[in-house]
Amino acid sequence: MKGLFAKFKAGLQKTHSKLVHEIKRILSRSPRLDATTLEELEQALLAADFGVATTQEIVEAVRRAYETQGPAGLDVAAIAEREVARILASPRTELRKAAHMTTVVSLVGVNGTGKTTTAAKLAHAVRQQGHTALLAACDTFRAAAIEQLKLWGQRLGVEVVAGAYGADPAAVAHDAVAAARARGIDYVFLDTAGRLHTKHNLMQELQKVHRVVGRQVPGAPHEVLLVVDAPTGMNALQQAREFHKAVPLTGLVVTKLDGTSKGGMVVAIQRELGVPVKFIGLGEQPDDLQPFDPEQFARALFAES
Amino acid sequence: MFESLTSKLQNAFRHLRGMGKLTEANMADALREVRIALLDADVHYKVARDFLDRVKAKALGQEVIQSVQPGQQVIKIIYDELVALLGTIHADLDLGGNPASILMVGLHGSGKTTTSGKLARLLHKQGRQPLLVAADVYRPAAMDQLETLGRQLGIPTYAPRGEKDVLAIARGALDFARSHNRNVLIFDTAGRLQIDEPLVQELVRLRDLVHPREILLVLDAATGQEAVNVATHFDQALHITGAILTKLDGDARGGAALSFRAVVGKPIKFVGTGEKLDDLEPFHPERMASRILGMGDIVSLVEKA
Ligand SMILES: Nc1nc2c(ncn2[C@@H]2O[C@H](COP(=O)(O)OP(=O)(O)OP(=O)(O)O)[C@@H](O)[C@H]2O)c(=O)[nH]1
Ligand SMILES: Nc1nc2c(ncn2[C@@H]2O[C@H](COP(=O)(O)OP(=O)(O)OP(=O)(O)O)[C@@H](O)[C@H]2O)c(=O)[nH]1
Ligand SMILES: [Mg+2]
Ligand SMILES: [Mg+2]
Repeated sequence: MKGLFAKFKAGLQKTHSKLVHEIKRILSRSPRLDATTLEELEQALLAADFGVATTQEIVEAVRRAYETQGPAGLDVAAIAEREVARILASPRTELRKAAHMTTVVSLVGVNGTGKTTTAAKLAHAVRQQGHTALLAACDTFRAAAIEQLKLWGQRLGVEVVAGAYGADPAAVAHDAVAAARARGIDYVFLDTAGRLHTKHNLMQELQKVHRVVGRQVPGAPHEVLLVVDAPTGMNALQQAREFHKAVPLTGLVVTKLDGTSKGGMVVAIQRELGVPVKFIGLGEQPDDLQPFDPEQFARALFAES
Repeated sequence: MFESLTSKLQNAFRHLRGMGKLTEANMADALREVRIALLDADVHYKVARDFLDRVKAKALGQEVIQSVQPGQQVIKIIYDELVALLGTIHADLDLGGNPASILMVGLHGSGKTTTSGKLARLLHKQGRQPLLVAADVYRPAAMDQLETLGRQLGIPTYAPRGEKDVLAIARGALDFARSHNRNVLIFDTAGRLQIDEPLVQELVRLRDLVHPREILLVLDAATGQEAVNVATHFDQALHITGAILTKLDGDARGGAALSFRAVVGKPIKFVGTGEKLDDLEPFHPERMASRILGMGDIVSLVEKA
């Protein structure tokens, strides 16, 4: 875990160094809170994809806290960090494990965010914790989606259940869950096709997949993880709203945080929908997945190190 | 949406009738609404600021025409300015040279492979002999994906499985094109972070080998503030010739288009409007402007002003 922690920090350092730099600049130049400082804090938050509404609320909270705490209190960055960590805090960030049965985890999201890669990474992670895993190739539409997942399965030594292209994704999910139950496998990860939240028929297709596995295993899917990628801006909130309406989400995965994108839009998502971030993706390798830690995330956003 | 920004602007200008001139004071409310609309559309905050400064300078110089709502007049100024910034229709590709080469570059999952297939289809329909070249040696099943698209289109794909050297692939593809009379090569490259120096250098070497007439940045329409970093870095490293904006069939407002144009100044040549291979359209600045402002068909309204 130590190596992974270092990786997490390295990833986030790259990710947030610009923002940290900006905040530090604000503080070193103007430790007191004045209109300019607030405006610069606002710009730093906007640049991190927090969005106008969330940015205004955080700036307002920082202003109030600063004014009430007196001159000896926390600085602007510390207050902002505390505010973000508060919004992102959740007691439910572990991957659920259904008692005495196969746990079904569904990866959902718009096109190209990292669902397939995250399914593979999660299978790898639970196996490292001593569990067994199976991958279900429920994307029967996109070119080579099945080959992609099968290659991941080969690489990780994880079994992949797949159908033919054009097959009903719900049938593939059904077969995969049946296979997993027959063999007493702990986790099934459903790699679903990318779909835009605006496409009604595709959202219905996803509902059907979930309905079918729900009839096989009580409470399945036990996890419905929306995969959003960090470069996405305000549309991420709309994605989360619509997916949550169609297939109630249990968590978020934010991928591609190894780049310079800051992923600030998850703050608005968690604030509005109460869906916690559970994992973050920091690269294309099996190990490049980390449990989400709100305080660490907020600290990396606003603190010096 | 159409009503909301428009009526907000009407409200802001309610007291303006008969006053003869737009002033700083009565413009402030309106511009604040427009700024929020731009930021909600993911226009980079600095790009939005510069844009509004220009709009303000233009609007302040204008008499309010008695017969129209001042709000509408300001909308017209904003709209015209936005259209001008977004550029003209640029569907044409530079296909000089024999063979001509097109390099598709961008972040992970933005749509490079799919769009390569779409372009091959379009060029084939225009009477060219395209060759799809699988130059992604990293993503699992990347070559299978491109080859599947080629097969669906009946267009040859050069996909030397197991070859890990992108330059060797390029040389092989050029030979193949010569011996098979293919006159346009479309290079599908791996997704990469703009800050990943070794991988960006791989693209530079590929460019220096094949001398592409077109280097197209494939940009997801839902990209947030990061669009500026992505566009700047790819352009500095490669001197891109334009962009293709993908996934416009969703409800992302697409402010990344404006960010891209503002920092790179190159045309947006096409937009992707679906997962199917005929879902590629020329870029229309007017439509994009309406979309970014969050308005329906404002052309008719604007014509009245
Ligand atoms: N840098 C980086 N790349 C990632 C990460 N997660 C996924 N990717 C890459 O993003 C691209 C898309 O990933 P996929 O897993 O195929 O995404 P998907 O959501 O399954 O895509 P569709 O099935 O087409 O909707 C691939 O090139 C992955 O290698 C990450 O955390 N960091
Ligand atoms: N809805 C929609 N989906 C698209 C569009 N263009 C591409 N996609 C989808 O987006 C996902 C990613 O597309 P790819 O072509 O694999 O993206 P890529 O840039 O090649 O990905 P990497 O090679 O992993 O970097 C796939 O699910 C595509 O079907 C589009 O215009 N609209
Ligand atoms: Mg996938
Ligand atoms: Mg690709």
